[in-house]
Amino acid sequence: MTASGISAGGVALHLDGVRREFGNLVVIDHFDLHVEAGEFLAILGPSGCGKSTLLRMIARLAPPDGGTIRLEPDTGRFQTSFVFQDAHLLPWRTVLDNAALPLELMGVTREERYLKARHELERIGLGDATDRYPAQLSGGMRMRVSLARALVTTPRLLLLDEPFAALDEITRYKLDLQLRALWRERGITVIFVTHSISEAAFLANRAVVMARRGGGIKLDRRIELPERRDEELRLDPRYGQEMNALLQAMEEE
Amino acid sequence: MKPLKSAIPALIPLIAVTAAAEFAVRQGFVRAYLVPAPSSVLRAMLQDSNELLRAIAATSFSAVTGFLLSTVIGIAIAVFLSSSRGIQRAFYPYAVFFQTVPIIAIAPLLVIWFGYGTQTVVASAFVVSIFPVIANTLSGILSTEPALRDLFRLYGASTWVTLFKLRFPAALPQILTGLRVASGLAVIGAIVGEFIGGQGLGSVVDIARTQQRVDKVFAAVLLASVLGLALFGLINLVSYLTLRRWHVSEQS
Ligand SMILES: Nc1ncnc2c1ncn2[C@@H]1O[C@H](COP(=O)(O)OP(=O)(O)OP(=O)(O)O)[C@@H](O)[C@H]1O
Ligand SMILES: [Mg+2]
Repeated sequence: MTASGISAGGVALHLDGVRREFGNLVVIDHFDLHVEAGEFLAILGPSGCGKSTLLRMIARLAPPDGGTIRLEPDTGRFQTSFVFQDAHLLPWRTVLDNAALPLELMGVTREERYLKARHELERIGLGDATDRYPAQLSGGMRMRVSLARALVTTPRLLLLDEPFAALDEITRYKLDLQLRALWRERGITVIFVTHSISEAAFLANRAVVMARRGGGIKLDRRIELPERRDEELRLDPRYGQEMNALLQAMEEE
Repeated sequence: MKPLKSAIPALIPLIAVTAAAEFAVRQGFVRAYLVPAPSSVLRAMLQDSNELLRAIAATSFSAVTGFLLSTVIGIAIAVFLSSSRGIQRAFYPYAVFFQTVPIIAIAPLLVIWFGYGTQTVVASAFVVSIFPVIANTLSGILSTEPALRDLFRLYGASTWVTLFKLRFPAALPQILTGLRVASGLAVIGAIVGEFIGGQGLGSVVDIARTQQRVDKVFAAVLLASVLGLALFGLINLVSYLTLRRWHVSEQS
């Protein structure tokens, strides 16, 4: 790990026979998933199928009721960062203090955490907004602070739960580009939950479509598109084919 | 300047009612021993200004002390209650029950426990003002966003760190609402306490009543309201200073 927060690389993730239930409700059962280090995986699936539950277990915010979840290599705590739907910033803190929060909680010195937070904010294009409060930012800017906050710990696994769902199309597209760029730069493992098929195909190298609650994985597909994802990709017929494949899996009962 | 300007509309009915009362008493529509003319209330204030000043100082001290005790102890109790659902189920009903006991009924008990004097008055102010602090703080602490709790857990924050860096600040708007209510109640509690076992505006009212000095009763009541308003205004100021940059309630 370097002070500038440059790539720490990714981790591989292994889920074997994972099970999670709430009372009588079995949300996830016999769930297997293996993610390579540095992969960009999109997860799609109907509402209530357990995507958020899955992410929370991977982040170790909730233990599975069965099966195992392993990171490899497992270098201890703080390898994982989480980005929620809606930015979820602390409104009483400035942008800088929000971005520095994870390091503060981990006990990093003030000087070092501000250095890193400032660095991440600059990289994501918020270098001149560090002293503002969340209430003074647009939705897109807030989401970028949230991204900077997730990246400030130099994570090796980044989990995002429908992060851009509340944003308008244009802002969302810009953030997609930024996310893709930072993934390429740092080589971290990204797991991205979304309801948008076009977003999944545009961003990911691999997409998984989950079945209804308790039903496991319906489709696991490599997205065979050029590494460079930009405006042109949208006109590429292969992009349409990928979207179509995902759509069919989603529609299939 | 703005708050002054926004107070003007509220002054109009005050002036109108004062003028009407003066007129009505002078014309003999209302008996002066029932409602004194505003001018005689003013005269009473000036005549008995020493006594009234001492009384308002005593009542202020008791009310503010009671209020501060409520704030500190109320918040501590709320933190304790918030620590587990079991604890909440076991103790919160008693806090609610405690609140429903009328102060006027337990005030004599306070005199028995604390004797005649300031302690009783402070205790009375404390007893009536603590519940809104507990209730508002507790509900504020308990309604922290689950996603933010997850965030703190993810980075290994302890319960105490989460309390001070997340739950408290997030609950602050609600805590301040509780304090606003508590400040008014503390003044009421102090006056009730003084009726029964202490000295201050409450005892002035009580004595003036037995002397049939309606003007003095009115003067004391008026000063008690001013005290309540001043406390309320102080908390609004604190609220404005702490919340203005981030909470909608303080952003115009
Ligand atoms: N803490 C909980 N207690 C009880 N049931 C829960 C809890 N969390 C989730 N569930 C249930 O588990 C199921 C899966 O929820 P989850 O939030 O993981 O779905 P999701 O795939 O993320 O849905 P969405 O696309 O709407 O976000 C739902 O039926 C939900 O009601
Ligand atoms: Mg979800």
